[in-house]
Amino acid sequence: MKIKIIAYGIAKDILQTKEMSYELNDDSSIGNLKNVLLEKYPKFEALASLRFAVGEEYQDDEFVLEEGSEVVIIPPVSGG
Amino acid sequence: MEIKIYNNPINVEEVEQYVYDPNCGGIVTFIGTVRNSTKGKNVVRLEFEAYVPMAIKELNKIAETIMEKWPVKKLAIHHRIGNLEIGEVAVAIAIACPHRKNAFEACAYAIDTLKETVPIWKKEIFEDGEVWVSAHP
Repeated sequence: MKIKIIAYGIAKDILQTKEMSYELNDDSSIGNLKNVLLEKYPKFEALASLRFAVGEEYQDDEFVLEEGSEVVIIPPVSGG
Repeated sequence: MEIKIYNNPINVEEVEQYVYDPNCGGIVTFIGTVRNSTKGKNVVRLEFEAYVPMAIKELNKIAETIMEKWPVKKLAIHHRIGNLEIGEVAVAIAIACPHRKNAFEACAYAIDTLKETVPIWKKEIFEDGEVWVSAHP
């Protein structure tokens, strides 16, 4: 299945793009996506934290993705 | 309550004016400004970016929690994004309560939680490079 990845902050620099589409196995979870990303982009490993959002809410590793899901990578936030 | 994220300069007086309430004896305002150095290195400017719709949602959650936990009458949070020069205001939080103690506590909670949960990122631009703040441990 195809999902869309959207990146902000340092995640955008690591992916070298703001948005990309990504092919994942059906029924993949956020945890699966995280593993794939860590393997392909080892720089994510060095971050203080790595969170993901779907539907404008933080989601945990068990959250199951579907065809067309839009997943936002949330690297450590630093507002204020 | 009033939650806003925008590119233009923040008018702190306006933020405070919004929370003014005759039932309140205390308004606490936190103003976060751009510092000219980090760990001894000169900062040239900051660049803020936000995942705006989610950032608004998370700021609303903070505001709702505050309204539940403290007797807050009015609350405003304005966060700026884009390029900011030294000394400019990045965030302004104003909270009005009948009594000051609650307003101080609620305001501290607001900025502390904002820094943990709200998807906003800042990049420090130095003379010789740039760093996403807090990205690495």
